[in-house]
Amino acid sequence: MEELGIVSYGSHIPRYRIKAEVIAAVWGKDGAAISRGLGIFEKSVPSIDQDTATISVEALRAALKRCTTLNPTEIGAIYVGSESHPYAVKPTGTIVGEAIGATPDLMVADYEFACKAGTAAIQTCIGFVKAGMIKYGVAIGADTSQAAPGDALEYSASAGGAAFIIGKNNVIATINHTLSYTTDTPDFWRRAEMKYPSHGGRFTGQPAYFKHITNCATKLMEKAGSKPQDYTYAIFHQPNGKFPVNVAKKLGFTIDQVKQGLMVPYIGNTYSGASMIGLASVLDVAKPGDRIFMTSYGSGAGSDGFDITVTDTITKLARENAPTIAQLVADKEYVDYGQYTKMTNLLFWE
Amino acid sequence: MRDVAVIGVGLTKFGERWDQSFRQLIAEAGSKAILDANIEGKDIDALYVGSMSSGRFVDQEHIGGLVAEVSGFSHLHIPATRIEGACASGGLAVREGYLSVASGLNDIVVVGGIEKMNDVSGTAATDILATASDQEWEAFFGATFPALYAMIATKHMHDYGTTKEQLAQVAVKNHANGALNPYAQYQSPVPLESVLKATTVAYPLGLLDCSPVSDGAASIILCSADKAKNYIDKPVKIIGSGQASDTLSLHGRRDICTLDATVHAAKMAYKQANLTPKDISFAEVHDCFTIAEICAIEDLGFVKKGEGGKAIDQKITTLDGSLPINTSGGLKAKGHPVGATGVAQIIEVTLQLRGEAGKRQLKDTQRGLAHNIGGSGASGVVHILEAM
Amino acid sequence: MKEGVARFWRQIPERYNFMANKCESCDRVYFPPRESCPYCRRKSIGKMKKTKLSGKGEVVTYTIVHIGPEGFEEQTPYPIAIIKLDEGPYITAQIVDCPFDQIKIGMKVESTFRKIQQDGHTGAIYYGYKFKQRK
Repeated sequence: MEELGIVSYGSHIPRYRIKAEVIAAVWGKDGAAISRGLGIFEKSVPSIDQDTATISVEALRAALKRCTTLNPTEIGAIYVGSESHPYAVKPTGTIVGEAIGATPDLMVADYEFACKAGTAAIQTCIGFVKAGMIKYGVAIGADTSQAAPGDALEYSASAGGAAFIIGKNNVIATINHTLSYTTDTPDFWRRAEMKYPSHGGRFTGQPAYFKHITNCATKLMEKAGSKPQDYTYAIFHQPNGKFPVNVAKKLGFTIDQVKQGLMVPYIGNTYSGASMIGLASVLDVAKPGDRIFMTSYGSGAGSDGFDITVTDTITKLARENAPTIAQLVADKEYVDYGQYTKMTNLLFWE
Repeated sequence: MRDVAVIGVGLTKFGERWDQSFRQLIAEAGSKAILDANIEGKDIDALYVGSMSSGRFVDQEHIGGLVAEVSGFSHLHIPATRIEGACASGGLAVREGYLSVASGLNDIVVVGGIEKMNDVSGTAATDILATASDQEWEAFFGATFPALYAMIATKHMHDYGTTKEQLAQVAVKNHANGALNPYAQYQSPVPLESVLKATTVAYPLGLLDCSPVSDGAASIILCSADKAKNYIDKPVKIIGSGQASDTLSLHGRRDICTLDATVHAAKMAYKQANLTPKDISFAEVHDCFTIAEICAIEDLGFVKKGEGGKAIDQKITTLDGSLPINTSGGLKAKGHPVGATGVAQIIEVTLQLRGEAGKRQLKDTQRGLAHNIGGSGASGVVHILEAM
Repeated sequence: MKEGVARFWRQIPERYNFMANKCESCDRVYFPPRESCPYCRRKSIGKMKKTKLSGKGEVVTYTIVHIGPEGFEEQTPYPIAIIKLDEGPYITAQIVDCPFDQIKIGMKVESTFRKIQQDGHTGAIYYGYKFKQRK
């Protein structure tokens, strides 16, 4: 069977953090109770000079550092998934392509599908590589996600991203199967020209997150002829610490399969970056033969499922050339709410 | 080349001159100089005016003709030229005027310098001043002017052990001198504590390590030395004039702590005057920041490299020291209307040499030196003057 | 929109990727690239070869800017440094992600991709290099 899958990967997480209890104190809420309820203790905060473009560039540069044999000019496509592209019109991918030296013979487009735009980009790259139209494709999921001050999302909306190089040469993890489950479900949205998103509260749970992930995961296992016990690791979209654990249990996965890819308690919900950072964390420790199950979720709504097998080649990838997710998570500096408002431009006026 | 003398000087008060326009300031300085020199409009062969950024400070370029017009000389159609070299614009205008008389082409020229900086906001003034740095490779990345000099200070402190107290002492000294100068922007002494405790602008420089944003104009009349005494009793001769350039960016320099433009301009001036640094009795140097005075006295050869900070401790540079520096209060206390500064320095040296410097008059005033810098050191100009 | 975008766009190769050039006559490296080598002069014409720098270097001197220029107000206080790149050229750039008291002359640094400034909230965003401590 021809191998097609992940050739290299890299991530970036801004180093500033704010604790949930610090946000809670501003709004007179019980921080400990909120942390327990959401399963989030702190979240990453982008500095004033970081946005989805800079995070994407840093993530992809990390991927290229790990794969020293790959020449950026061999990359034929870059798709950046985000709901916080710095420009409403002017693709983030153009900036990324230029910054890694992949231009000008390059296909680029920006994707938006709430928190699953990055995994949708992986599927696009798989298609192009499989069709022989490109040698390597890059899929990035990155966000500096916004939450209105005082909204429940303020405890989770964070910043970070991951980049995956997809190809047929030196594949470290074969993507065996992928499929999506999509419906029109308005659980979370942001209208054009609005700064902060709106959401349907508890409607984002059962009819949205759980329904789409469960259906997508079930159909993927049907297609692959697999069962939860066949997988070493499982990654589910992680808007908070509770949802992914609950959906995993419901599908028959164990907490041991989930925990390596569960980063949300320490960095919050990086939106388009979330399940991809989870996958990167798994690849940081994965061994040849490990099988990985990943299901993303994007509001609106849809889920992308992936069945992945780690190959022997992973031992040849210079994983040590870029920081692991664990290292990125550990390298941190706390900010207070005042600094946070400045860094995330909550104080914007003109 | 023939000898050239300063036969007239005119200065406005420096400071926040809210009630005075660009045109009023330059007209005041010019007419004072003309009256001082006992000349008339018809005696003037050419006019040079130094201004760094009239275009951005008052939205007015093309000021050569304008200065002639507000001085009442339009009908005489005098050649009028504007000179620009950032904060060295005034010094460069002096040198152009000097060269035109020395060459024999002109007998009498008016040299002016002006900047009207308070007609824009403080932030805008900072931005305009930053155009004197490398816009593409320094300012673009957030380097302000204080930041560039602060980086010189950090390195000077690291390499030579210069202290924040020594930097602050420069400000204390220059404010003490400024207190004796009725034309100075700041006319009261500042205690060391205040300088050290001032709000940080760019570490290690605080607000009182920086020269202010100022309005002001200065003007001098240059004349061939052989005819100078036809007009006044106490002309002052320019015995050396030097100018040099260097990289626009600070990071492009041979040595971060040395302004080679100063070194080379000084070498040229000393050579022409056939003098060494030891022969200079006092100097007006370009202290846009306290660290700049420390570098200047080193680069002019008054003290060894790295010992500029100690010179303050040893009281060499105070009014009663062996080499008084910035008797006028310097850019620090007198004020720094950038285009006017280089001309105003010549005026202070002239007044000292004439014995007309009032409460700050020095006893030993054989020869004085004026040193004017553009940007962080891309332009340097040095003049040495002597009483006739 | 205050500024034309072309003059920023023109410098993308240098600001994103440290595109420099090297005089093949004397091996000196120039960043930003030069039309000719000031040492070899006419000998260098036609011999200035493009080269990409590593973005690694060390701090030569630095300051912490507390009063920033227009467009940088939200970033203050920020450190800015002169950095000697490993290949030889000196540049001026910001230091990020480093506590101020850890910044020292001689500190090893490497480049990171950041927003440098923007033309207000409606104009273009300009990206480029900043530096962080090399670990």
